[in-house]
Amino acid sequence: MERSSRWLIVLTVLSGLGMLVAILFALLLAPNAVGLTPDETYAQRIIYFHVPTAWLSMLAFGVTMVASIAYLASNKRHWDSLAVSSAELGLIFTLATAASGSVWAKPAWNVWWTWDPRLTTYTIVFLLFVAYFMLRSAMEDPARRARFSSVYAIFAFLSVPITFMSIRWWRTIHPVLIDPNEGFGLSPGMMTAFFIGLAAFTLFYVVLLIHRYRLERMKEQVELLKEQLGY
Amino acid sequence: MNFWKAVVAIIWKDIRAELRTKDILSSVFVFALLTVIVFNFAYELRVPSMKMVVPGIIWVAISFAGTLGLNRAFVIEQDKGSLAGLLLAPVDRAAIYFGKMLANLIFILVVELALLPLVMIFFNLSLITGPHLLVLFLGTYGFAAVGTVFSAMAVSTRAREVLLPVLLFPVLLPVLVAGVKMTGGLVDGASLSEMGNWLQLVALYDVGFTVVAYLTFGFVVEE
Amino acid sequence: MSEKAAEPVAMIEVRNLTKAFGSKYALRGVDLRVMPGESLVLFGPNGAGKSTLVRILSSLSRPSGGTVHIGGLSLAQHADGIRRYLGVVSHAPLLYDSLTAEENLHFFAGLYNLKKPEPRIKALLERVGLYARRGDLVRTFSRGMVQRLAIARALLHDPEVLLLDEPDTGLDPQAAEMLHGLLSELSGRGANSPGPEHSGVERARTIVTVTHSLERGLSIADRAVILANGRVVFETAAHDLDAAAFRRLYDQYVGGRGAGPAGDGLP
Repeated sequence: MERSSRWLIVLTVLSGLGMLVAILFALLLAPNAVGLTPDETYAQRIIYFHVPTAWLSMLAFGVTMVASIAYLASNKRHWDSLAVSSAELGLIFTLATAASGSVWAKPAWNVWWTWDPRLTTYTIVFLLFVAYFMLRSAMEDPARRARFSSVYAIFAFLSVPITFMSIRWWRTIHPVLIDPNEGFGLSPGMMTAFFIGLAAFTLFYVVLLIHRYRLERMKEQVELLKEQLGY
Repeated sequence: MNFWKAVVAIIWKDIRAELRTKDILSSVFVFALLTVIVFNFAYELRVPSMKMVVPGIIWVAISFAGTLGLNRAFVIEQDKGSLAGLLLAPVDRAAIYFGKMLANLIFILVVELALLPLVMIFFNLSLITGPHLLVLFLGTYGFAAVGTVFSAMAVSTRAREVLLPVLLFPVLLPVLVAGVKMTGGLVDGASLSEMGNWLQLVALYDVGFTVVAYLTFGFVVEE
Repeated sequence: MSEKAAEPVAMIEVRNLTKAFGSKYALRGVDLRVMPGESLVLFGPNGAGKSTLVRILSSLSRPSGGTVHIGGLSLAQHADGIRRYLGVVSHAPLLYDSLTAEENLHFFAGLYNLKKPEPRIKALLERVGLYARRGDLVRTFSRGMVQRLAIARALLHDPEVLLLDEPDTGLDPQAAEMLHGLLSELSGRGANSPGPEHSGVERARTIVTVTHSLERGLSIADRAVILANGRVVFETAAHDLDAAAFRRLYDQYVGGRGAGPAGDGLP
């Protein structure tokens, strides 16, 4: 067995264990939030999933943009493979963020959906990813596909902060978790669970990304072999 | 200075071709007008005053109709392979970008200037003022700056025209939000200086994406 | 262009050129040298990679591997400088429908930064037989007239190197004759032909032509190259070949390779 795949197995198992520990902390070990109704108290635990997925969707999108820039600069196809792998994960994490946010919004705000800035921004991010994949699927030539989607990824990612600012000025009712003046709105016990969740999810993303990237490279290899064999 | 000579030549060529057929201007203008009228039916008697929704109507009409115009602009370049003709010339790719982008910008601005008086009459508003025009210009610039790159991509894909709005609107959202906010503020009697943050946001968007487009346009048109 | 007096420098030097569209190879390692003033004609069946090669030479398409030097300069690094010396006729006419013949040439003259282009434009329009129609929109032109204008467009800036991808497509016999005469002149053959002074026949241009027409192709060729399956399969000086012998060779190299039906592409 290759050395790299042995490392990957170790990482995969570690990330699985990490996710179990994160769930344990999130559901059982983290203390209850105080001053909330019972419904809200349970719903509050969603932040241990909601915030990591939100962070990862942005990280994934950022990785897509960096890989896209690297592709345009180097013209090496593996950068495009990395970009598309990360974008696919980003799409999934964006969906997970929206879903978990919606589950929390029902008891907290009494609606499934609201045009809150972050929620709206994530919806736009979701649509940016969808557009990214629609653009990719509309071309056959891999080199052109890689160039076009790289350019689009750069535009799309850079527009996200401006979109966020614009919707934020529009209106806001989202709880500000990280207030620069007061520090975190979390007790120490909650913080532990929060950061364990964040770390576990990030490792989970990295492992998925490696697997997905290897799969993408393998697909290219198969295409190449098929061509050489004259299929 | 050959750069700007080429830019001007491309703009001039587009304007001359357009004045001859008026394909883009007429279809974009009529579509924008229809959008305004459809919105009038969609909202009338449902909102206390049409003044409340006119800013939104203007910006939606501009972006829908503008998208139509952007598509036409690059389809024309593709049909007889003339984009390749531009690429063969010893001209910086960025000059091709600025030429096409400024021509698109001029077309959309002309349509806006034709549309505004009608909107003023329909809804009894004063829209042709310095601040209104500045807001329209800044928003339209952002639209043209990003839209030119995306339409160059969209026309060389299988989906062609259909893809452009899907690519464009999510990236364009801040411009639309800011445009509606500022036009709305002006309609409500606020001054531009009260909306400095919005102006800055659109200006940042315009400048930022002009730079990105300048850097990436070559990858879009070259193989 | 840069020319070193000591050794003959190839005007076009192609080394191990490959081009892949995804996993499909259009060119699989092409080597080619075209000397200054030489006229090279490319033959080959459909899908052999001829057009891809011309697109790469004209800087419209980037190769996947290998190098192209034109006039001693690397095309990958100096495309901007080299474009000025290239004249291209491709499948697409590269013209604007909504402009007149004259406006089209004026526009491109501006892009090539030509000073006082009017006499040159007039001479070219006369040469391709479109002067009477100079004020008409290209959209009203027939296929053959569009192709004539495309040829005028390619010659506008008096390029050192001409890249012609099936330039006779859509031309009526009369226009094909005109094109043929023009090419002979540019390649330095028709020495005593009475061309107008601005069409420029003082020195021989380097010409690469892709064509399906065997006889016409051979008659303007200094060297003939057969491309099949993305490779150069045969290369010869053209003057010691007659058409019948060349056709036998062509069938031998192309027909038996399963690269298309035998004789495909040669009428």
